[in-house]
Amino acid sequence: MFNLHGPCIPVSLYPFFDLMKFLIKPTVFILCLLPAAWLCWGVYLAFSGGENLLGPDPAQYLSLQTGEWAIRLLIASLAITPLRYLLNMPSLFRFRRMIGLYAYFYVFLHLIVFLWFLLGWDFSAVGREISERPYITIGFAAFVLLTPLAATSFNAAQRKLGRNWKRLHRLTYACAILACMHVIWIVRSSYFDAVLYGGLTLVFLGYRVLRKYSPAVQKFSLLR
Amino acid sequence: MLIKTRKEIPSSEITPESVYKARRQFLKTGANVALGAAGASLLSPTASAQVGDSLFARAPADINLASRPDWLVQKVAERKDAPATGSFNTDEELTPFSDVTTYNNFYEFGTGKEDPSNNASEFRIDPWSVEVAGECAKPGTYTLEDVLKPHTFEERVYRLRCVEAWSMVIPWIGIPMKDLLSRFEPNGNAQYVKFTTLVDRDQFPAQRSRFATIDWPYQEGLRMDEAMHPLTLMATGLYDDVLPAQNGAPLRLVVPWKYGFKSIKSIVKIEFTRDMPNNTWNDLQPREYGFYANVNPNVSHPRWSQASERRLPSSLFMPRRIDTMMFNGYEEVASLYEGMDLRRNY
Repeated sequence: MFNLHGPCIPVSLYPFFDLMKFLIKPTVFILCLLPAAWLCWGVYLAFSGGENLLGPDPAQYLSLQTGEWAIRLLIASLAITPLRYLLNMPSLFRFRRMIGLYAYFYVFLHLIVFLWFLLGWDFSAVGREISERPYITIGFAAFVLLTPLAATSFNAAQRKLGRNWKRLHRLTYACAILACMHVIWIVRSSYFDAVLYGGLTLVFLGYRVLRKYSPAVQKFSLLR
Repeated sequence: MLIKTRKEIPSSEITPESVYKARRQFLKTGANVALGAAGASLLSPTASAQVGDSLFARAPADINLASRPDWLVQKVAERKDAPATGSFNTDEELTPFSDVTTYNNFYEFGTGKEDPSNNASEFRIDPWSVEVAGECAKPGTYTLEDVLKPHTFEERVYRLRCVEAWSMVIPWIGIPMKDLLSRFEPNGNAQYVKFTTLVDRDQFPAQRSRFATIDWPYQEGLRMDEAMHPLTLMATGLYDDVLPAQNGAPLRLVVPWKYGFKSIKSIVKIEFTRDMPNNTWNDLQPREYGFYANVNPNVSHPRWSQASERRLPSSLFMPRRIDTMMFNGYEEVASLYEGMDLRRNY
């Protein structure tokens, strides 16, 4: 993470940065877990008849929150590669798998909330919703496409698949685009989320295309 | 886990009137304390405990009381002493005050359900005036006092069904729309009535936003016979108090057999027209939102079913999912639409 060499960091601060380096991964892990922990606490309180943290329409609230965190983390996982080059920080790669898996985790929670709290495990309704509502169709497609990626995220699978692993995991790009369409499709009166998530996805995917074809982009970085 | 759907609400879950009245009393006391420049520190811990029962229940100071004209406060209070009319009232369990006033769609204040209550605390309803125009004998600009003073306020406990498939039961205070519109003496050409919401970029954050899809002002309309139906109300209060800004103060349309988006808020203009007026959601998404917008379980919204609804407050493990009724249960309006294809005129 901290790839700032030379005199810009006083030697006396090295132990501090070593500590940071040691702590940063667990910190990111816990930060990504916090929204889910908060929502689970709300669900537990709802179950046990405690304080109402989820508002008057809890199912809708849970669905919205899990969905928002899913797309945020999915886009964050797409941001790693561009940031790694632009900031010249190869160590960012350490977070890619964790953030990608967290994105899948929140997508999974989003689906469970939908099936459990919004449809009450009524599977006839599930089939109807998936076939009749286009935004649910593509949301479900994104979940299906993400599943093999999550399942092949551990080291052994990575080794076994070799070059195909990278090809397989490019499916993330398609999933991000599907997720953005899912958001755009449910816009009622503000394009803010659609513009934010769609814009970020375009930037991070666009960077990859530019980098592939332009030597200037390959050489460019903000930090040396 | 199976989800049980209760057909009936146990009496243990119904908020007794004395409890909600006690909350109203507390809100008033709280306001007096705040106005007395004594600050929130004087609120006793017992009083605070009554309000803090949920994250979404807000302290009374957040429900703006600053710009309410005294005559309106008094007129709403006087309503309580009058004999109840009651003929249109449902006896279903009321949605608690805290939910009615913190779970709102009022896109001028933002698209989140809590945005209106968070952003409405500075909203000014005094002074307020309404422009009356179009096909009538008495067009002109009327002050809020001109509009409301000649009428006797009534309480109407109505179901409110949102197009998003949730619903509430709300005790409105208001005046029959028929009585109000008749005063402006609409002429024979008046086939429709159009309502317009305030435009004020200082007070409505979403009207400043570059991302809003709505072309402000928000506009709605009714056919004249719909507007003159005895159920149609011009609301100015709820729960025996002046309407909070997030619920559409000071004048808000209530048409209980139509989806909530027809109930336009913070009205500044009433216009009688020959032709069918445009309405905001229809302009935005004509395939999804029609002019009539009658509650109809048989016509799905393109993105979700309208066959059932979540009655709020709902709970996760015992969701109050109930069947949606034709015309939201107000069958008496069916004659207004005789011979019309409600599948096409959604």
